[in-house]
Amino acid sequence: MYILYSFLFCGTICLIAELILDNTKLTPGHITSIFVITGAFLDTFGIYDFFIMKCGGGALVPITSFGHSLIHGALTKAETTGFVGLLMGMFDLTASGITSAIIFAFVFTLFFKPKD
Amino acid sequence: MEKQKYEQLVQKHNPKESKGKNAIIAFVVGGLVGVAGELLICLYTHWLNISRNDASVYMIVTLIFIASLLTALGVFDKLVSKAKCGLLIPITGFAHSMTSAAIDYKKEGPIYGIGSNIFKLAGSVILYGVVSAWFFGMVRYIIEVIA
Repeated sequence: MYILYSFLFCGTICLIAELILDNTKLTPGHITSIFVITGAFLDTFGIYDFFIMKCGGGALVPITSFGHSLIHGALTKAETTGFVGLLMGMFDLTASGITSAIIFAFVFTLFFKPKD
Repeated sequence: MEKQKYEQLVQKHNPKESKGKNAIIAFVVGGLVGVAGELLICLYTHWLNISRNDASVYMIVTLIFIASLLTALGVFDKLVSKAKCGLLIPITGFAHSMTSAAIDYKKEGPIYGIGSNIFKLAGSVILYGVVSAWFFGMVRYIIEVIA
């Protein structure tokens, strides 16, 4: 059941993005930024957690989950350490994604040449 | 040349892409990436006997690895030109933007080439993600403190 919901959820988000891309003048950069903000907004009141519970991996793959994990880590830390926790916990959950993206990008850049 | 004529000429040479077809491709490809994520989580929980939370971290790292490698090999750009948002909106697009920016500016040196350009495209995602998460987090925290 997770697999079907994953397909529908992730597919729908990509469909919305494609419709925005084709019908407006916004670039993919605008759209990913808007989607990250949307993800953070949806998690403010726990709506995105509901999607993750229902759809599993399908809700973790789109870029909206990046915004969700940023605010989720910040709020979890804020529960124990107070106001500063918002700053301390910001990258708690996304650290693995950002770090691995940086490392892989750097290593592959060293070994491969640009293709035109 | 008159402006209208010029516009007609441009219209004629623009490649015709049907929006409906693009949307369906994005839906199917995006959905398949989502299914791949879910399947990877299932496999990792089975093979490595780890919790679902840990498995989702492994899954994201795997997808980023595949996307970076395909970008470095030059395959990913061709796939993106066909599938568009189906591959740009999942986390693969984030990895793709970093690797492609780094490789494109490689010839300008390690500091002013790779170093200052690696976040050229991914930087906006991180910037607006952090700012919005901080803002919404403050709102939520203040509401909880008052309530």
